Amino acid sequence: MKGTMLRKTLYALTAASAVALASPAAAEPLKVGFVYVSPIGEAGWTWQQDIGRREMEAALGDKVKTQYVEDVPEGADAERVIRDLAQQGNQLIFTTSFGYMNPTIKVAKQFPDVKFVHSTGYKTAPNVATTNARFYEARYVAGMLAGKMTQTKVVGYVGAYPIPEVLQGINAFTRGLRSIQPDAQVRVIMVNSWFDPGKERDAALALLDQGADIVTHHTDSTATVQAAEERGKYAIAYHSDMSKFGPKAQLGAVTHHWGPYFTKEVQSVLDGTWKSNQVWGGFKEGMVALEGFGPAVDDELKTFLKQQEDAIAAGTLNPFAAPIKDNEGKVRLADGALDDKGLNAMDYYVEGVVGKLGKN
Amino acid sequence: MDALAPLIAASMNAGTPLMLAALGLLINEKAGVINLGSEGMMLVAAALGFAVTVHSGSPATGFLAGAVAGALLAGVFAWLTVWLGANQVACGLALSLFGVGASAYIGIPYVGATIQASSWGIPGLEHIPFFGPALFQHHPMVYGALLLCAALGYFLYRTRAGLVLRAVGESPESAHALGYKVRRIRLAALLFGGACCGLAGAFMSLVYTPMWVEGMVAGRGWIALALTPFATWRPARVLVGAYLFGGITILTFHMQALGVPIASQLLSMLPYLATILVLVLISRNINWIRINMPASLGKNFNPNS
Repeated sequence: MKGTMLRKTLYALTAASAVALASPAAAEPLKVGFVYVSPIGEAGWTWQQDIGRREMEAALGDKVKTQYVEDVPEGADAERVIRDLAQQGNQLIFTTSFGYMNPTIKVAKQFPDVKFVHSTGYKTAPNVATTNARFYEARYVAGMLAGKMTQTKVVGYVGAYPIPEVLQGINAFTRGLRSIQPDAQVRVIMVNSWFDPGKERDAALALLDQGADIVTHHTDSTATVQAAEERGKYAIAYHSDMSKFGPKAQLGAVTHHWGPYFTKEVQSVLDGTWKSNQVWGGFKEGMVALEGFGPAVDDELKTFLKQQEDAIAAGTLNPFAAPIKDNEGKVRLADGALDDKGLNAMDYYVEGVVGKLGKN
Repeated sequence: MDALAPLIAASMNAGTPLMLAALGLLINEKAGVINLGSEGMMLVAAALGFAVTVHSGSPATGFLAGAVAGALLAGVFAWLTVWLGANQVACGLALSLFGVGASAYIGIPYVGATIQASSWGIPGLEHIPFFGPALFQHHPMVYGALLLCAALGYFLYRTRAGLVLRAVGESPESAHALGYKVRRIRLAALLFGGACCGLAGAFMSLVYTPMWVEGMVAGRGWIALALTPFATWRPARVLVGAYLFGGITILTFHMQALGVPIASQLLSMLPYLATILVLVLISRNINWIRINMPASLGKNFNPNS
C-alpha cells in the first residue's frame, strides 16, 4: 500500500517536472506567496490582508496563482516559512507583519531573483519593498464622526502599546474629535497586548464606566465593539467592519485595503518592471477607509465625512497641520505640517488626550 | 462611589477564571502531582464550551462540556504520568502546547459566532444601592467559584478524605503502606483539577469575553499555576491572590483612563508585583511554607517498585 503510494507520487512528480520542462515559462501563472501572522479568522489585520489577496487574484485571473501560510509566529519559524515559499517557486512574496522584517531581509539575500514586499517595516533591499497604510488619516475622520455623535464629550480609546503607530492614531483621532468639539477629551487605556480579548473588554468597560459614550480601539480583537454593543453605547471599529459584532454600536470602522496595491505590485512583476519601493498609502491611494456606518449615522453626516476624506486625499486637509500642542502644553510644531519623520518618531499625546506617557 | 461599584464587579469577574483554575491546580498539587497543562486545558474547554453553547443554546451545557473536556485531558495526563511514570513537567508542557493547537482547530467554525449574553442578579439583593451592582449581579459561576473555595478549604482540612489526599501528596509510600490506592487518588485529584480548569476556560469564553478567538485565554493558565505556590496551597489565599490580581488589573485601567500620571508600562506590572508582594507577605513564615508545601510534589510514585 505504502509502496504503491510512493510509486504513484514519484510518477506524478516525474510527470510534473517533465511538463514543467517542456512548457515555456510564459504560459505558467506567476506564483505569489503570502505569510500571515495570525489565522485569517473573520476580522482583523490578517483578514484584511487576505481580502487583498483575493481581490488581486480576482483582478489578474489565471495570470497568478497564490498561496498563503497563516498563523506564522514572528521569529525563527517565519524565516523557515518564507524560505519554503521561495523554494516552492513563488516569484513574489508578501510578508505581512512587522516582525517578519529581519527574516525577510535574510531570505531575500539568499534568493536574489525572488521579490519580497514587507508590511510596516523600514528595512529594504534591491528585491525587498515595503508598504504601510496611513491609518491616521482615517482615524482623523473617525474622530470627526465621534465629535458629531458624542453627548458626554468623553471618548474612550483602547490601545495596545504606546508606540508611534498607536500614538499617531490616538492623536489624529483626538484632533479630528476636537475639530468638531473643541472641549471634548479622549481617555486612553493601554492594555499592553495586541490581542487579549478579556483585557480589551475590561478596558472598554472601564472607559464606558468613566463616562465615555463612544469607544474605539487599536487592538486586534472585536471585544471593544462587543462591549459597547452590550452597554448600548457606540464604538468605532479598527481593521475590519465589525458591524456583525455590534450591529447597533458600530458607528463606523477604520479599515485598510490592500487589493489594488497587491494587484499593482504583481502586475509590475508580470511586466518585468518591478523595482524595490516604499509605499505609505492613505485615502489618496485607497489604502485606508472609514466605512461600515451604523444606523445612527445619517446621510448628511456621511456626506460631510466624505468631503473630509476627499480633502485629505487632495492634500488640502492635513490631520497633523500646525500648531500641534502636546497634552502638557508644549508646542510640538509651530508651523507647516508634520512630516513622515515626525510621524514615525511620535512620542507624545496631543492636547485633549487624558493620560501620560513614560519619559525616555 | 459611583466608580467603585463597577470596579469591584469587574475585579470579581476578572479574578474568577484565575481562581477556578488555581483551585483545581491546588488539589492536583496537594496530591503531589503538578500539571503544567492548565493553559491548554483552559483553551480546549473554552473552545468546546463555546461550540456546545452555540449549538445547544444553553450555557450550562457549555460549562458541563468544558469541565468534561478539561477532565478528559487531565485523564490522559494522569495515564501518562501516574501509570506510565512519564515526567510530569514534560507531559504538562506537552498538554499545554497540544491544547493551544487543538483549541484553534476545534474553534475554527466558531470564530465570530455570538452567544446571547444574559444578565443575572440575586433576587432581593441585586437592587440594593452600591452593593447590588458591585456584588450581587454576577454570573452564577462567580459565586460557584467562591463556594468551591470554601468547600475545598473544608474538604482539605476538616475531612478524612482531605487528609488522605494530603497524605498522598506528602508521602505516597506511607499512604500506600496504609492501604490507600495512591494512583487512583492521584487520578481523582487530576480529573478534578482538569474539570476546574475546564470550568475556568468555559467561563472565559462564555461569560468573561464572551466569544471564542484563538489563544483567548492569553496566559491566564500560567498565572493560575503561579498563584498556587504563592498562596502556599491554601484555598483562602488563592481567593485573595486571584481577586487581587483581577482587581489591580482593572484598577490600573481605571487609573489610566483617569489620567493618573504613571506610565502605562509601569501600571501593567502592578498586578503581578502587588499580588506577589501581598502573598509573600501573608505567607512569609518559612515554617508555614514548609508545612503547606506537599513534600512529594512532582515526584512519581510506583507502588510496584
